[in-house]
Formats: sequence, structure tokens, C-alpha cells
Amino acid sequence: MSLGPWLEERLRWRAADQFLRHKTVPVVRHGYVYYFGGVTLFLFLIQVVTGLLLLMYYRPTADAAHDSVRFIMARVQFGWLVRSVHSWAANLMVFWVFAHMFGAFFLRAYRRPRELTWVSGALLLFLTLAFGFTGYLLPWNTLAFFATKVGTEIVGSVPLVGEPLLVLLRGGEDVTEATLSRFFGIHVAILPAITTLVLGLHLFLIQLHGMSQPQGRGPARALPFVPGFVLRESMAWLLVLGALAALAVLFPWPVGEKADLLAPAPAGIKPEWYFVFMFHTLKLIPAHVLGLEGERVGIVAFMLAAVVLLAVPFLERGEQPTRAARIARALGVLAALYIVGMTIVGYLAP
Amino acid sequence: MARSPLQITRRSLADYLLGAGLAALAGTVFYPVLRYLIPPPVKEVTAGSVVAAKVGEMQPNSGKVFLFGGKPAILVRTPEGAYRAFSAVCTHLSCTVQYRAEIGHIWCACHDGHFDLNGHVLAGPPPRPLAAFGVTVKEDDIVVTRPA
Repeated sequence: MSLGPWLEERLRWRAADQFLRHKTVPVVRHGYVYYFGGVTLFLFLIQVVTGLLLLMYYRPTADAAHDSVRFIMARVQFGWLVRSVHSWAANLMVFWVFAHMFGAFFLRAYRRPRELTWVSGALLLFLTLAFGFTGYLLPWNTLAFFATKVGTEIVGSVPLVGEPLLVLLRGGEDVTEATLSRFFGIHVAILPAITTLVLGLHLFLIQLHGMSQPQGRGPARALPFVPGFVLRESMAWLLVLGALAALAVLFPWPVGEKADLLAPAPAGIKPEWYFVFMFHTLKLIPAHVLGLEGERVGIVAFMLAAVVLLAVPFLERGEQPTRAARIARALGVLAALYIVGMTIVGYLAP
Repeated sequence: MARSPLQITRRSLADYLLGAGLAALAGTVFYPVLRYLIPPPVKEVTAGSVVAAKVGEMQPNSGKVFLFGGKPAILVRTPEGAYRAFSAVCTHLSCTVQYRAEIGHIWCACHDGHFDLNGHVLAGPPPRPLAAFGVTVKEDDIVVTRPA
């Protein structure tokens, strides 16, 4: 008995094969947006592989963490490459998650029946940011230490649940080795577990519903998924891999100074670029707004923004583009401009 | 017209180039990964001698396992009161041996290997005697040295 029928009897893979043969992708203007999700997935896979590799040498204790990262950078063969790829791919992944989100938003790909695809995607955005935030602390350097202090402090200012949440995140009142242990556990176990589930759902829903057709332009031409779309997507992956390799080789990620729990924060300290727009917004809000603490107002505003993001498909419904869709589009453009503008201002500001 | 199998067409050349390119790409990705997984050599602790115990710390007919150059070693005080030191790594499968006072043997619990107080194999599967170290008493310290 040959292998094909043997596997077919057990796995029923021919159904998947048939599915892929008949799957098509619409050919539309701005069709490049359809590749963004795949690029994000590719970067995520790179993070899984390089993350597992880093686990071979990384030691998550206050004494050893920084030295073990130095060891990886200086002594392990190609350790500098593996760690730099992990750091750079993390940054590229955050960028592409945002690009993918805005692409899906402007193509209105969240329309019925894809509401849950959008919701799971928004959750994946939050998970990606949580990965970035927790991973940043692991080298246990000065910048990471203060970034974690500030970031968890912001969580601590959330009304009602903030204070207990801060203790839960830090594993105590302060950022200590307990925080490092927690962030390590969150980064390498809890977030990957949750992400696997949500990503699985997200990808399953995409297969279930197929690629979203932009409405109002008649039946689109269709590109067969195999091989046409797959080949184009693999070209995109190849380009990303090339860019990633160039960045990692030309700009290996620095290790920084080992965190000194007693040293003051260095001047001009900023969070990672993808948090700068939030960081700078909180800086700009005055100390008191309508008798409330300004910082809390800002944080609540961001939490509301997150809820709005999750609820997009339920706020803007309807098959055909209507006035509501035009308003949604305008708000989307404003949000994108706000994020880009605040990031730039945040970097120019002293 | 039928082509002979050896004839190179544009198509087969393109396939060949694509395949070779992908193989090269896979190589550049996996080569660093494989090298990364091989740990860099840990600097062997080349301490020539170590203070294993203090004089008076050990009763006759007892043993003590200590670290010598990052590996376990055993210091034995014989019933007659003499000191002997050996590698504590069993020559069979690298378990750490111990001194058993009631039978006066150095004993490996993993597969019931017995060594006498010169490190020679008395019974069990170990193929070679335990490596012996030198022992000298310097004032208060019992110093174990690697044989030159």
C-alpha cells in the first residue's frame, strides 16, 4: 500500500488539497493589502523559531539574565544573529500587524460574516504588543528596567483594578527579579499559548470565509490561491527575510548596560517606537482634566479606543458603502494620522 | 518532436536555477541555526589544587564529595586515618560515587559498582579504576592536587 492512500485514510488530507485547489483570491486595486497578513504570519513564525533558539542559552534571573544575553551576543556561534533577528523581527512584526489592521479596515474586510475574524485580529494586535512589552525586559538592561517601571506604572493608574494589577504584573510592589520571572513566564509560555489559540481561530475563519471581496465593483477577477497567490506571497516573504537579514547584520541589537536598581533613569528615555504615540499623548495631557487626574483620563481614553477597535464590525455595519462607512473611513484615516503624527512628535520632543 | 531526457530546455534550466536558489537560501538560514545550537566551549577550570576539607573535619572511615575543576571528586579518609582523593565520576556511566563506611568501598549506586580505596574496581560494571588525585596536608588544609 502506498503512502498517499494510507495517509488519506487516516488524515483525509485530500479534502484540504481540494480546498486549496479551488481557493481563489480576488484581484483588486490595492490588492497588495492581501499579502500583509501573510507577512505578519511569516514574522511570527520567525519569532517562534528564534525565540526557541534563544531559550537554549537565556537564563531568567536578575543575576544571570544580562550576562546570558551578553554570552549569546559574544560567545555563541551566530548568537548575535539569532538575537538580532528576534529583536528586529519583533519590530517589523508590530509594524506589519498595524499595516495589516489598517489594510483590512480600509477594505472593510470586517463586514458580515467576518466580524469575529476582525475581533480575533484585534486581540492578536494586543497580544503582539504584550509580547513586545514583556520581551523588552528580558535582557535586564537599564532601558528595559525603566520601560517596565513606566509601563507597569501606567497599568497601575487604571481606575479600580490598577493597583492590584500592578502588583500582579510586578510580582510585588516594585520591579525586581520577581518581575523578570513573571515577564519571562508570560513571554515564553502564557502569551504563546493564548496566541496559538487566537491565531488558530483567526486563520481558520479566514479559510472558512475566504478573502473578503471589496464591494461595489462587480465580480472581481480571481487569482488561484495555488500557485498564483502562494508564489506572490512567498516573494513577499523572501523580501521581508532579506530586509530582516540586512537589518540584523548591519545593526545588531545592542545589549545595553546591566540594570542597576539604584541608578536614576537616564535622560531622554523613551519606550519602543510602537508605544511612543501613547507615551507622548500621556505627556501632553495636563495634570488635571475636569477635576480628574490627567494621566488617568488618558489611560481610560486608550482603553476606550481599544474597545472601539474590537467593536469596529458592530459599529459600522451594512453590505454596501454608506454614509456610516465614509465616516468610519474618515475616522480610520484620522487614527492613522494621529498615530504617525504623535510618533514623530514624540521623537522630536526633548 | 520528442526531447531526449538529457536535453536542457529553458523550463528545466529555470527549474534548476530556482531549486538551487532555494537550496542555497535554506542553507544560509539553517547553517547559522545549526552552529548556534552547538554550545561554545566552557573554559575548563584548570585549578591545579583545591582545599577539599579542613584537618579534623573528617572522621576516619568516611568520605566527602567536593567540586574539583567543576566536576565532583571524592576525598576518603581510610579507617587507618590516611587521606585519598579520586574523581567521583564513575567510569561506567558517569554517576557520582559515594563512600560506604560499613563495607569500606567507594560505591556507585547507579549500577552497583564497587571500588577499593585505591580506586580499583572490585565488582560491578565500571571498566576502569577511578582517576586518583594527590592529597597533601598543608597546615590546616587538606589540599587535593591534580597529578602532573
